[in-house]
Amino acid sequence: MNMTKIVRTTADVLYPFCLVFGLYIVAHGHLSPGGGFQGGSVMATGVALLIVSRSYTAILQRIRKEALKLCEAIGLLMFLVAALSGLYIGGSFLHNWLAGAGGLFGTPVAFGPNPGTFNTAGVVPILNLAVGLEVLGGLAVILLYMLSGLRENTP
Amino acid sequence: MTPFLLFQALLLLGLIITAILVVAFKDLLFSAIAFAAFSLLLALEFYLLQAPDVAIAEAGIGAGLTTAILIIAIRGTKRLEEKE
Repeated sequence: MNMTKIVRTTADVLYPFCLVFGLYIVAHGHLSPGGGFQGGSVMATGVALLIVSRSYTAILQRIRKEALKLCEAIGLLMFLVAALSGLYIGGSFLHNWLAGAGGLFGTPVAFGPNPGTFNTAGVVPILNLAVGLEVLGGLAVILLYMLSGLRENTP
Repeated sequence: MTPFLLFQALLLLGLIITAILVVAFKDLLFSAIAFAAFSLLLALEFYLLQAPDVAIAEAGIGAGLTTAILIIAIRGTKRLEEKE
């Protein structure tokens, strides 16, 4: 059964902010505290707000379970491809072949003590993004399956 | 006593109070919300102890997802215990 309209509207308002803040933590994982797991869990908290405020049949019209499962699978595949590409190109598993190579995420770091810029870490932001997608999909699917076990007429 | 130590002492006192409230509440929903407040204070304490990474994980997992899981579990049962 749905919760009250106040709870549902608050969850709807807070949901995009949670997703954007989680994506911020994931994207700046190589510069600031946080990373894939922390940002993914913040994003999953946004999804959990929606899931808690609605019943199982109402939530399936709002978010799709297949999309979350796809999220998890894509995260796992992204991590494996990024790690195995290091094995193929650089010679070792998780070799950071993008760092310093120019282009996307490959800008060389400036000399001297500096906090670094967004585009410098090579493969690490891609791995962070993969872990974030994986954690978001996994935790949201766990919550959805927990909710699916409830009877429909429970308060 | 410096203000930092005073703030940390107040934080630890708040942790103990919320931990007692988790056990003391009869209504399970109130107990879950008190657990969320406990988790949030614990995240603040982690941040003061120079572990911001753990603080973000604690705020996301402890205050967010654990509360959601507990609320879903409470919705599947009765909120209040039966009176004897």
